[in-house]
Amino acid sequence: MDSRKEDRRVSVSSPPGGEERRQATADRRHDQNRQYATFFLDDHFLGVEVRRVQEVLTTQGLTRVPLAPPTVAGLINLRGQIVMAVDLRARLGFPTRTEGTALMNMVVQTLDGPVSLLVDRIGDVIDVRPDLFTPSPETVDERLRAVTEGVYKLKDRLLLALNTEAATQVAVSG
Amino acid sequence: MEEEEDLLKEFLIECAEGVGRLDQEFVALEKEAENPNLLASIFRTIHTIKGTCGFLGLPKLESIAHVAENVLAKMRDRKMTVTPERITVLLGAVDVIKEILAHLEETGHEPDKNYDVVRQSLDAVLNGEAPAAGVSHVGAQHVVPLQRPEDEGKAKAEAEGGAADHPTAVGPAKALTASESSIRVDVGLLDKLMNLVGELVLARNQLLQRIRDRDDADSGTAQRMNHITTELQDAVMKTRMQPIRNVWEKLPRLVRDLARASGKDVELVMEGAETELDRTLLEAIKDPLTHIVRNAVDHGIETPDVRTAKGKPAKGTLFLKASHEGSQITIDIVDDGGGIDVERVKRKAVEKGLLTVGAATTLSEREALNLIFHAGLSTAEKVTNVSGRGVGMDVVKTNIEKIGGGVEITSRLGQGTSLKIKIPLTLAIIPALMVTAGGDRFAIPQASLLELVMVDGEAGDRIEVIRGAEVYRLRGALLPVLHLDRILGVDSRPSGRETERAAAAETNIVVLGAAGRSFGLVVDEVNDSEEIVVKALNRQLKGLSVFAGATILGDGRVALILDVMGIAREGKLLHAAEDEAEVKGDEEAVGGAGTERQALLTFAGYGRERFAVPLALVARLEEFAADRIERAAGREVIQYRGDLLPLIRLDHVCAATPPSEHPERLPAVVFSRGRKSVGLLVGRILDIVDATVALYAPPSGRAGVRGSLVIDGVTTDLLDIDHVIESAEPGWIDQAVAA
Repeated sequence: MDSRKEDRRVSVSSPPGGEERRQATADRRHDQNRQYATFFLDDHFLGVEVRRVQEVLTTQGLTRVPLAPPTVAGLINLRGQIVMAVDLRARLGFPTRTEGTALMNMVVQTLDGPVSLLVDRIGDVIDVRPDLFTPSPETVDERLRAVTEGVYKLKDRLLLALNTEAATQVAVSG
Repeated sequence: MEEEEDLLKEFLIECAEGVGRLDQEFVALEKEAENPNLLASIFRTIHTIKGTCGFLGLPKLESIAHVAENVLAKMRDRKMTVTPERITVLLGAVDVIKEILAHLEETGHEPDKNYDVVRQSLDAVLNGEAPAAGVSHVGAQHVVPLQRPEDEGKAKAEAEGGAADHPTAVGPAKALTASESSIRVDVGLLDKLMNLVGELVLARNQLLQRIRDRDDADSGTAQRMNHITTELQDAVMKTRMQPIRNVWEKLPRLVRDLARASGKDVELVMEGAETELDRTLLEAIKDPLTHIVRNAVDHGIETPDVRTAKGKPAKGTLFLKASHEGSQITIDIVDDGGGIDVERVKRKAVEKGLLTVGAATTLSEREALNLIFHAGLSTAEKVTNVSGRGVGMDVVKTNIEKIGGGVEITSRLGQGTSLKIKIPLTLAIIPALMVTAGGDRFAIPQASLLELVMVDGEAGDRIEVIRGAEVYRLRGALLPVLHLDRILGVDSRPSGRETERAAAAETNIVVLGAAGRSFGLVVDEVNDSEEIVVKALNRQLKGLSVFAGATILGDGRVALILDVMGIAREGKLLHAAEDEAEVKGDEEAVGGAGTERQALLTFAGYGRERFAVPLALVARLEEFAADRIERAAGREVIQYRGDLLPLIRLDHVCAATPPSEHPERLPAVVFSRGRKSVGLLVGRILDIVDATVALYAPPSGRAGVRGSLVIDGVTTDLLDIDHVIESAEPGWIDQAVAA
């Protein structure tokens, strides 16, 4: 697990500046900090609790699943295990991915086994202080609000904390 | 008698493990007298032996184990200190236990000699007296390995001064004993092995593909690896095989209880209990089989007076037979009961609107019998305690088809009913035909493949159309034809493929058979046959009935495995549904993928509300007596199958009307995840329906409800089971998943 965490740090594509990292160091003094593995969808900064994350992979060969809802991007082969990939853009109501956007797999553990979330770009693993947390404002798009636990008000940006169970539910949208 | 022997054998294997540890543990205990874990482990082993002895009727073993247990209990409770002298006496008891076990393994019964001396010294220890000197010597002498019973017997006889009878002579060059020739292996490890072999098969396929492509000189080595892999696969597969007896052994009791409850006299005859099949399959047929047996006793076999009046023996017979047939297992369930009244089945089907009167008259007897597999058709005159609770023959059929099997029924009125279940030997690795449609590859299980047909347009061969339904003349018969790309909704004609094909004027039809029907499936390309490893789809995708699973191909890509039954169903739907496509579009906006058809269990709350849950999530239906419900750790539980089942009340978890009175019997729906179960108490269990799940978003403030749908004209709430369970038993699902 530890080595995997290392991998994840190594695989990070152009971390978004050192601000989060500095903050993470400062936050470590508090006991109840939560660790988030972060990623980007367009310019939105989102995060999944580290303990839910199994691994991060670059673009994988996707096999589409006919008749499945559009939120199901397809199936990937994860070392012999077949894992469903969720198109997080579709799931969260973001516009369809433009050609040429990088496609990363963030594999998270759910009640139904591992599920891959397709995201644009992977960010750092950061520590966040609980007092920065706030529920999502009601003006946020319903589809997005339904799958987020809330927002962490970081110094220079907002981190949307994703609820992995909700985000990986594809059978019924909304 | 045979059963008893089996029980004894299992008991011996179980004991051998514990007893093997005992010597070591006692010796360790001498050194660290205060180690509670050691004491607990020893105590457990002895306790298990004692418990099973009483059951198997082994008085000598029981009495020794019983006193030894009492001594150990005192030590455990710190009422007695652990001294070397006492351990010696206990070791003496262990030796006697071993001796008796060895004798049991040899002859099937306890030795004739008596063990009063050992017993007395144990009693002495128990009463706090110093043990008799002679006996402690016996104990010390007897740390002898189990596999040398002849030495042990001799030594013991000497030590006891010949007071005891000589144990029955034992052949020295005996074959391996049951406990030595078999070991227990963790099922998880077996599953892992199976997965690894699956991976190996894939790698092998990949390698062979490369070598074929390259026409490599190295192919000799590759061929050898190929053979070894195949053999390894067979061997590992065998480790997962279990005799069907494991499922059957629960039936005699079930039949007895059912027969008694319904005032019948039924003899259960079982043949071929040693027939082996993959443990996952065994698990899968358990419930269908139980259901069929229940049906046979409850509805099939008549009461003794009815039977006598008909001139049959008063005692009914239920005959179960399992046998191998090629790569399939056949299970026959035959009863000599009343049989099925075909006319009644037809009437019932007409009543329920499944059939028009005209269609009913033209139905062949076989077709009419098959109606009983139709959802929503129960011919039981009355709903009894045991069958007719809704989980009917349709579910039996679906479950058997899910594992690639089939079910056939024949029945003669007044003479009995016979069911034939056919299932594949194993599920994990199957031969499959790879086909291409819409640029994607799909696997079709070879078991459903009948033949391949190439329709050559230039030769005047073609697919004909009857009012939108395509058919192909295959040796004089009309074969319905479906198009895989249309069924799956994948675009099959990218970049001039159509023109290419039109030019070739060739169409590939894969002829498939399922449950006695056959149809043709048009695919773009037919590729190789391959051995594929079947992997399950994510639970959320299981609603897609056209897929049976997925597999990984030689090139590492994932391919979906087609469910032939599902394709047939989907294909039939297609014609009827085409006109409704527009209407359905709107619902889809709300329901998303929810417009799939699903088997739902419906039940009522205490008020007028109706609820439904996907049947796939339901483990069992039960009815509990209200006075059996107890409270533990602040929540309601009931003693259930040797465990405590947490109970959730419907009105506590979602805003349902609370009950106005306190009923004595509480119907419950039991859900299981991993090894954990939870019971949901409901007002009344209603029915099982096959409904299109088109969900309307739930009104706000209705926690635990995924949405509403209309079933048979009644608005029904679809429960969010995960939420319901989680709200009543926080952390339950996490634990269940971890387990």
